[in-house]
Amino acid sequence: MTFEAPDIDYAGLSPVLALTVGVVLALVVGLFGSGRRQRIVVSIFGLGTLAAAAGLCIWQWGESKELIAGALRIDDLAIAATLVAIVSAAFCIPLSWREESVERPLGPTGHGEFQALLICSVLGMTLIAQAQNLIAFFVALELLSVPLYVLCGSATRREQSLESGLKYLIIGSLGSATLLYGLAFVYGASGSTDFDGVRAAVGGAVVDDPLLLIGIALAAAGLAFKLSVAPFHQWTPDVYQGAPTPVTAFMAVATKAAVFCVVVRFFDVALGPAVGDWQPALAALGAVSIVVGNAGALGQDSLKRLLGYSGVAQAGYMMVAVVAASEAGVSALVFYLAAYALMNLPAFAVITIRERETPFGDHIRAVDGLGRERPALAAALTISMLALAGLPGTVGFIGKLFLIEAAVDSDYTWLGVMIAIGTMISLAYYLRVVAAVWMRPAAERPAGGAMPAIAGGSQEADTAGKGVRCRVILGATLLAAAATVFFGVLPSPLVDWAARAGESIAALP
Amino acid sequence: MLNVLLWMPLAIGILCLVLPHRVAPWVATIGALARLGLAIGLVIGFDLGVSELQHVVDESWIPDLGVRYSLAIDGISVFLVLLTALLWAGVISFSALRGHHEQRGRRRLFYFLLGLGETATLGAFLAQDLLLFVLFFDLMLIPFFFLIGIFGGRDRIAATTKMIVYTLVGSLLMLVGAIATAILVAQDTGELSFSIAELRANLLSTGSQEWIFCFFAAAFLVKMPAFPIHGWMPDAYRAAPLPVLVLLSGVLAKVGAYGFLRIVLPIYPDATVTFQEVVMVIAVASILYGSVMAFTQTNLRLVAGYSSVAQLGFITLGIFSLRSDGADGAVLQMVNHGLVVAAIFLIIALLYERARTEDLTRMGGLATRAPVLAALFLVVTMATLAMPGSANFIGEFYILNGAFQEKIAFAFVAAIGVALAAFYALRLYQRTMHNRLPEGAESREISRRDSLVLTPLVACIVALALWPGLILERGEASVEDKIAAVAEAREPPVAMR
Repeated sequence: MTFEAPDIDYAGLSPVLALTVGVVLALVVGLFGSGRRQRIVVSIFGLGTLAAAAGLCIWQWGESKELIAGALRIDDLAIAATLVAIVSAAFCIPLSWREESVERPLGPTGHGEFQALLICSVLGMTLIAQAQNLIAFFVALELLSVPLYVLCGSATRREQSLESGLKYLIIGSLGSATLLYGLAFVYGASGSTDFDGVRAAVGGAVVDDPLLLIGIALAAAGLAFKLSVAPFHQWTPDVYQGAPTPVTAFMAVATKAAVFCVVVRFFDVALGPAVGDWQPALAALGAVSIVVGNAGALGQDSLKRLLGYSGVAQAGYMMVAVVAASEAGVSALVFYLAAYALMNLPAFAVITIRERETPFGDHIRAVDGLGRERPALAAALTISMLALAGLPGTVGFIGKLFLIEAAVDSDYTWLGVMIAIGTMISLAYYLRVVAAVWMRPAAERPAGGAMPAIAGGSQEADTAGKGVRCRVILGATLLAAAATVFFGVLPSPLVDWAARAGESIAALP
Repeated sequence: MLNVLLWMPLAIGILCLVLPHRVAPWVATIGALARLGLAIGLVIGFDLGVSELQHVVDESWIPDLGVRYSLAIDGISVFLVLLTALLWAGVISFSALRGHHEQRGRRRLFYFLLGLGETATLGAFLAQDLLLFVLFFDLMLIPFFFLIGIFGGRDRIAATTKMIVYTLVGSLLMLVGAIATAILVAQDTGELSFSIAELRANLLSTGSQEWIFCFFAAAFLVKMPAFPIHGWMPDAYRAAPLPVLVLLSGVLAKVGAYGFLRIVLPIYPDATVTFQEVVMVIAVASILYGSVMAFTQTNLRLVAGYSSVAQLGFITLGIFSLRSDGADGAVLQMVNHGLVVAAIFLIIALLYERARTEDLTRMGGLATRAPVLAALFLVVTMATLAMPGSANFIGEFYILNGAFQEKIAFAFVAAIGVALAAFYALRLYQRTMHNRLPEGAESREISRRDSLVLTPLVACIVALALWPGLILERGEASVEDKIAAVAEAREPPVAMR
């Protein structure tokens, strides 16, 4: 009896391998030097790892092949989601410089550990984007979540950060458990863990199987936790607010990209034949999310909470693309994910900078009068807010256009109208930020030594990075804002890229 | 040519951001005058009696969605483009001559926003692709949000937020409507296209037309604004800086009326016929409500603002008479009203400087030492109340003529509005210019730099009164074309009567 080892396609696996090596070595590299030198060495290493992974992804662009005996599959959709995750992680690295959560409590190895966790999470995202069976799906989801729990709680001297990490851990585990339970039911109904096998079984006679329906319901709820889709979103504002801002930025953008990718594979492909069962449910989730997210953001004074609720609403918009269950829907989703990264990252960068420059933390007062004080930052934040609100001339407008088009095309016109209504509500809070930036005088700062009443409780936290004017952060922020406008005016390159990702799913109409 | 015209304002606006404070206004002024020259060139070079599009630019923009970057002018838009260029040139030079916005130290931003606003407005008038139109229509709001919010008066933030939320409610629904139109048409033709000509050639079923019509009508009526969805208007008009108000009332309000004529009538003719009376009721209600409010308000801005509501009611009535004489009059009246209201708001700025108030009850006697200003104001007042001999008279005559032949009851009620216009326009003039000069006010002749802007504007009003055919002749063919689109949709061919 001979045992044939499965053929391993190292080329297809290369981005995953690069990231794995990066995770291990980041810890080692983190041991060298301390302070400024450590920061530089580790950051160059981390950015290098991400750049290598991105390069390998681009090299594999256009390929479509099974990896590791069909457990994973690298195709344009996976690569697109991976690239979004990598870009947001790379953006997060300069943001984390001088962040007290990274540099102080973890001691001399701070940066190494931070980046090992970050890259590990990216690795999980890469794998989940490629997952082709239920087991790889779940393992990859945990691989991306666990480092995030730690990262959220990494500002160990701040109560809020610890609370955020703990809350995320508990709620995230609940979501994972629900999802796992659902996946077990799906396996029970279809008798297969492969997405293709599930598809074949569902295409047969099991559509009305109660086992399958329970499985779908539980899996949808579990994924909704991860995507912060209402009504499973309650953790989002708290966790977003408590986590260190660079982590929030990464979590908000990259998690959505990766998890939406697997949602497409799981619902649109594996459960594609049972579309009638889950489509109305996901449509309802999307609609509720749009309303709850936008309404919740209205009264928020904390910018991070505001962006948290806005993320809930944006997840609702993107859910519409999944509901469309068509190639146009997937293309729209990928486009919107890229747009979402470009729109959100500058906003989080500005919040990070202002957290260090003002005593107001992430309170909206921190950006009062920013237009006079720091016009470049103000422009970036304005573009970001206008794009999130979907105003024309920005990539957000084109993204909404594609989402609405996909919805109408699949006879879900009412969801298109929901997007429009959600956008109307959202204007009230996005424009509030813009008004604070340009139309209010700078807020008066409390006299020196006074403790701020809001986030950022400890003295160290406030003095750690005061007055930092980091050119790299500013440059990256302006670049992302410029890209937001550029792709809003000339969307074709990004549209073609998203269309390729949509085409890579052969099973869709 | 159209590309240059469209993008020059934005390019110069961006240039203004980096130029020194002292230079920026003058560069902006030169640019605005150059655009005015281009726009005049367009009118001169316009082929008479042709309903076809001219100066067509057509490039692929988002191929996946079938959205094209296509621009052109026809007999309707050419004059609105001219009006846009004229009023922007007036406002930019008016502000540059007075250094109006130094107080907030953000002059460069002011000229940049004005440039962005002009590009967006011109884009809305030039777009021949439905989605491109929606895009520019929405884009118009952004600069005005900032212009009012940064440079405005009291309560400016609340006012500007209210304005943008109100107007975007309509235009976002319009976006959904536009996409739905293209997709529903594509289900028949098999090709996704937003080209207005294509959509017109392949009409939707009546049921789809009806709900999409409502979305478009909401967008356009809010923009005008029409009663009863004018709620943003009083606050925004109170808070906006006067030069910005010139553009808001003079040009932006017209985009709504233009949208009805250019887009709704040809693409949704069946729904237009169905909702004809509803829109006419709204139009007549706007005329009456606007006129009565204009008569009772004491704030100068609001008098002018509510009179705009009434005037736009007339324009809407003309368009929805669905007859070519009514629509001809509406096109003429769009230009007339743009010119007149611009002059009024500029004059209000001058009156405010002299009386230190915008309250009608605390003004008076400003004419005593200012004969030239009084004369200019008188001309504008006469034009506002549509005195026979003014182009407004001809415009309103055409509109009422169209309405009389279509729905006589509406025309009778609307005619009351003409009489009311005399009341509020004369009241405005008398209360400010005549009577005794109150304390603190000072009657001063118009300064040379202000007359440099105001005199040409009034000259345009007079010229149009002498030669309304300039617009009527060129607009006629295009208007006929739009009305013909609707005429086919009506079962008994009333228009042939």
